Amino acid sequence: MEGEDVKNGGHGCPRLLDLIPNERVVQDGGGGRRRTFRRLDASEEMKLELRLGLPGGDLEEEESSALSLGFISKASRTSIRVFGAVESTNEGFQHQETGFFKLQSRAGTEKEHKTTWAYGEFEQQQSLEKEKADGTAGPSTSTQTRAAAVPVVGWPPIRSFRKNLATNSTKQTVEPETRSIVEEVKLENNKGLLVKINMDGIPIGRKVDLKAYDSYEKLSNAVEDLFLGLFEAQKDISANAIQKDEEAKRAFTGLMDGSGDYTLVYEDNHGHRMLVGDVPWEMFVSTVKRLRVLKSSHLSSLRFGSVCRKRTVTEC
Amino acid sequence: MVGRFRWAAMFPDEVWEHVFSFLTSDGDRNAAALVCRNWNRIERRSRKRVFVGNCYSVAPTVAVRLFPEVRAAVIKGKPHFADFNLVPSDWGGGAEAWVEAMAEGWPNLEELRFKRMVVSDDCLDLIARSFKNFKVLSLVSCDGFSTSGLAAIAANCRHLRELNLRESEVEETCLNWISHFPEPFTSLVALDIACLEGEVNASILERLISRCSNIMTLRLNHSVPLERLVGLLQRAPQLMDLGTGKFSARHNPQLFSRLESAIVGCKNLRSLSGFWEPGLTYLPAVYSICEGLTSLNLNYATVQNPELVKIISRCKNLRRLLVMDLIEDSGLVAVASSCKLLQELRVFPSDPYDAAEPVSLTEHGLVAVSAGCPMLHSVLYFCRQMTNAALLTVAKNRPNLTCFRLCIIEPHTRDYVTQEPLDTGFSAIVESCKDLRRLSLSGLLTDLVFKSIGASANYLEMLSIAFAGDGDMGLHYILSGCKNLRKLEIRDCPFGDKPLLQNASKLETMRSLWMSSCSVTLGACRQLARAMPRLNVEVINESGRGPLAAQPDNCPVEKLYIYRTIAGPRTDTPQCVWTV
Repeated sequence: MEGEDVKNGGHGCPRLLDLIPNERVVQDGGGGRRRTFRRLDASEEMKLELRLGLPGGDLEEEESSALSLGFISKASRTSIRVFGAVESTNEGFQHQETGFFKLQSRAGTEKEHKTTWAYGEFEQQQSLEKEKADGTAGPSTSTQTRAAAVPVVGWPPIRSFRKNLATNSTKQTVEPETRSIVEEVKLENNKGLLVKINMDGIPIGRKVDLKAYDSYEKLSNAVEDLFLGLFEAQKDISANAIQKDEEAKRAFTGLMDGSGDYTLVYEDNHGHRMLVGDVPWEMFVSTVKRLRVLKSSHLSSLRFGSVCRKRTVTEC
Repeated sequence: MVGRFRWAAMFPDEVWEHVFSFLTSDGDRNAAALVCRNWNRIERRSRKRVFVGNCYSVAPTVAVRLFPEVRAAVIKGKPHFADFNLVPSDWGGGAEAWVEAMAEGWPNLEELRFKRMVVSDDCLDLIARSFKNFKVLSLVSCDGFSTSGLAAIAANCRHLRELNLRESEVEETCLNWISHFPEPFTSLVALDIACLEGEVNASILERLISRCSNIMTLRLNHSVPLERLVGLLQRAPQLMDLGTGKFSARHNPQLFSRLESAIVGCKNLRSLSGFWEPGLTYLPAVYSICEGLTSLNLNYATVQNPELVKIISRCKNLRRLLVMDLIEDSGLVAVASSCKLLQELRVFPSDPYDAAEPVSLTEHGLVAVSAGCPMLHSVLYFCRQMTNAALLTVAKNRPNLTCFRLCIIEPHTRDYVTQEPLDTGFSAIVESCKDLRRLSLSGLLTDLVFKSIGASANYLEMLSIAFAGDGDMGLHYILSGCKNLRKLEIRDCPFGDKPLLQNASKLETMRSLWMSSCSVTLGACRQLARAMPRLNVEVINESGRGPLAAQPDNCPVEKLYIYRTIAGPRTDTPQCVWTV
């Protein structure tokens, strides 16, 4: 089945498909479907390379451009292929029939983006879930890997708050209660990158301008500045001042390395929760959507990687 | 000419006003206003309700002047695709101009409903101070304001009956804004604060609810714990519409039985929603009132099929169901057999991006409901696979569909059995469902489906297209057909200049057209704008190529928003938007 040729059926007007060179039709090992895998040529690789990190150059928007690399999830760290590594297997590239559309459609400098798709990026070892090529009725329960859906801007057409709803399949039991907040990065054109930040146990959230910092260390200090006062105010009034002070200082040390009472985590543009500090600063800034200062004791039960978790259930 | 209408002039204006007061629909009143000049004058002078589908279609001052007696206004702002982050956040839709004009010209305004508008705290403040008899404030999918603005409303609107913030984004600057409702305030009938992210002081809320004996709708946000819900229900047993807060807590049999009896005590409960973070232990507390429910919104309830089915199968009188795809096909089969009165079904994706764990929701569920629910007329369905055969069956089963929105999550998805595009399936829908008013397409589609839609969808008012079509003909079929089309929104389709220019006059019969990531060029927009002075042709380019005015004709347009207006080009466009 020459799937792609159907789309190319000449109607005489320039098609977006036509604008993209080097299309390759690759047989899908999963059974008879064809997929177009885009092979990057050198110049495009260069373009992508330049785009790694903060979108610059001719892109106006501060938010992740169509070509930014995205995050590296802890779970799939080893599986990240940087652009250029063309795979002939299924897992090499995300299905990108829509990818080039992404190229054309620049995301608005929007609130919560589910925008950028990055060549070579995929969240776990998953190929695409599609139609069941073998025609079995019923869902794909096959062991073959399923596709991480293409993160095209505004697709599927759901509201922002829905993006982070967790599927709490098995566990209705002890899980850290994450404070529910649907927040987006507020972008004030060229004025900064404001990200909401919350801390476990403190009802009032703050906002931090990531453009004001250029390193994780500075961010860590800023977090302490933001919450120290509130943190101390939360503590028992009867505790003496010195105790409070010590406790407070202890709370804010070791934010990044997991050694402290609290740990700094963030939510990226895919709704995944990640530890702050794993990726280069620029990459972090381009994908972070919100920050959270989490009690370190809650860390172990958090699942990183694929499952989006916003509100989880606490049942004891 | 005059002679024919002499009989009309024999009646004083007040008589006609009284006659017109029986015309409830805007359409009827619009029609009456077109009969003759007298009727036009009398009608508009006595019109009490006005609906502005596009806030930029008329200047606020003009609207206020034309309809001086308005008591209730509905104003909509941003294009629908703003819900999905396709519209720049600074695009527009600000409410200031409207609120200022209304404060000037409609001092007796009682009801104000905004949708997708940017409403500032200053606006809320102005509203709070300007309308002595203000009763209803509804801000749906709005943003730009904070709880400080809400505090101003609470403090000053003595006769407020309804405060609805559905799906809005609210900054939390004032923690206890609810406490600003003064003690003597008792008029609240409906309160929807489900969208608020922060803590809501449950004690203050309880006191408010206690003294508002007419409260019928109460939709809480996630922060209200189950324990406090009990108290609220006990104080408002007359509730008809409840949105719970967090629906889980530590295992506590006493709490469970208190919750259960509180819920049973609400004999008038017809609509249930909320269910944030639902815990299995407490869900059964709602079983007792399920039979009376007509509307059930479980689209935040991340529980599995068995629990969902236990609730839904008890809801024999359900008219409206919102649920996540965790319900799976088997759950929908249960819906089909239990909820015979079902009219509207919406199934949302639980894991729209990763599909890490398979959810067994396919076309079978949709077919089952279409077969078992004879009154089903409105469907929103997210799934990952579809067949033409299934769509044909749905079309055959349910020719009474008025709204059919199918979203197959992966773009360009084919019929997984035949590997064909889904043209025949969707064609069957439009050909069979003669009253279809709203349609959203997905999956692999060629121009053929647009031919069918253009030819058959005679009552279609709103059409959403994404990743579909082969070329210009697709759009041409739509614009040259679909006699009643009002709103058309298109993204990522290979539609270019020709169909737009060929069907320019059609655009004036529609409210608006959105096209993004298509193949339209700036030159066509210029031509269109020149030919159609009563259209605003807005080009949105966010990639900063420099001022649009300087770009050549062949410059591709990223996003295009065209709407009819009598107000001329607007003055509040941000940098990325250019009215051609």
